[in-house]
Amino acid sequence: MTGFRSMIFCLVLLVVQGLSPAVNAEETMSVQVKESEVRATPSFLGKIVAKVVYGDRVTVTGKSGSWTKVSLKGGTPQGWMHASALTTKRIILKAGQTNVKSGTSQDELALAGKGFNDQVEASFMNQNKILDYTWINLMETFKVKPELMKTFLAEGEVVAPSEGGAQ
Amino acid sequence: MKRFLLITGIAAMAIMAFTSCSTLVDTAGTLGSMLGEQKGLITSEQGDSIRKGTTAVAKSLEEFTPEQEYYIGRAVGAVVLSRYRVYENAQLNDYVNILGQTLAAASDKPEIFGGYHFLVLDSGDINAFATPGGHIFVTRGLIRCCRLEDALAAVLAHEIGHVQLRHGMQSIEKARTTQALTIIATEGAKNLGSSEVAQLTDTFSGVISDITNSLINNGYSRAFEYQADQASVALVNRLGYNPQGLIDMLKVMGKNIKKGGMDFAKTHPDPNDRIKEIQGRQNFTPVVEPNVRQERFMAAIAGI
Repeated sequence: MTGFRSMIFCLVLLVVQGLSPAVNAEETMSVQVKESEVRATPSFLGKIVAKVVYGDRVTVTGKSGSWTKVSLKGGTPQGWMHASALTTKRIILKAGQTNVKSGTSQDELALAGKGFNDQVEASFMNQNKILDYTWINLMETFKVKPELMKTFLAEGEVVAPSEGGAQ
Repeated sequence: MKRFLLITGIAAMAIMAFTSCSTLVDTAGTLGSMLGEQKGLITSEQGDSIRKGTTAVAKSLEEFTPEQEYYIGRAVGAVVLSRYRVYENAQLNDYVNILGQTLAAASDKPEIFGGYHFLVLDSGDINAFATPGGHIFVTRGLIRCCRLEDALAAVLAHEIGHVQLRHGMQSIEKARTTQALTIIATEGAKNLGSSEVAQLTDTFSGVISDITNSLINNGYSRAFEYQADQASVALVNRLGYNPQGLIDMLKVMGKNIKKGGMDFAKTHPDPNDRIKEIQGRQNFTPVVEPNVRQERFMAAIAGI
């Protein structure tokens, strides 16, 4: 009987551990997009408290829906980033400058600039001179600020069923 | 008996809690092959091979980093622009970007390597293209099928859906994916040598032609188009637009589309089939657009 009780106790402990938000205070993640922002609140309309770039490491301190609370090097500032901007892989920047051995697990790290990169693009363009990247480069400069998105929705009387922005 | 059920229940929950979604495919392959071995249906060597094979298949597309998808997207976009001229109307391109980027920000995947960017193409064809890198193109002909901002929102959300569901990446031939990932995996940390660049460029060219063949010439499967329609309905709804805008747009498209054309007439399911598919799942209320929204939409598309 006691054996049964302790078994149940152990299983309950396992369940509680397994179901509690999987946030480890020491968990670090990498920024996997070219550039992104850390915001004061878990919303794209939140005030920007810091900017981050590809490969930056952040420490995870909390989670809320699709948003991850992070702190930057040194512990401040703290703020929120959308989970789609982050990866658990360690992104190694500037190939050649680090001591990364070929064959290191793909699950753990990604080399920035590995594979299809600007060198390959230049070579591809050279082989396909008919292709013109001018408008591709230009369209990538079209960036709409969250404040403008907010105004656009308000002026068009677009009212979200719940609060606007990514949940 | 109750206690037994409790223990069984807790054990099942514990197993669920420790099984992450990302390993489901691997687990299914592993379990299946182990069961096969136990039943004596396959040898243990065959079981090993299946386990390895399943892992490789499950990982393949995931191993392309967002950065690599971005470079693929840029090239696919350049191919699209070698076939279509840009509609150089700053007012309309601004409007389409504000609407499109606002939708993307509200989606489940608001952040991709280079962000989402939109451009109008100067063509009467009814067409749109989305690259794996988030470059989204819509023709004047397709915008003409939209009578409301809610309709244009649905068109852009459909294209955002193709990006997020990785439909472009999935049209890369399997053998090419394996080839590309094998070269990339063996590549060291050093800068690329000229032979590696040449080899990667060949593979890259193959990847681009696989995607552009689907995107421009053959179209995606009907299933992919219906998935993108569903993604569109969900996204516009989340932001507060009426998904009925998509139905309205498809009705106009049904009238405007020319049978035998090289545009959506060739690459997409018939607009009426898309309407049936969407309405088979849910029905929406008629769109009643506030005047202010209707007016800014008409002003933005004036002269198109």
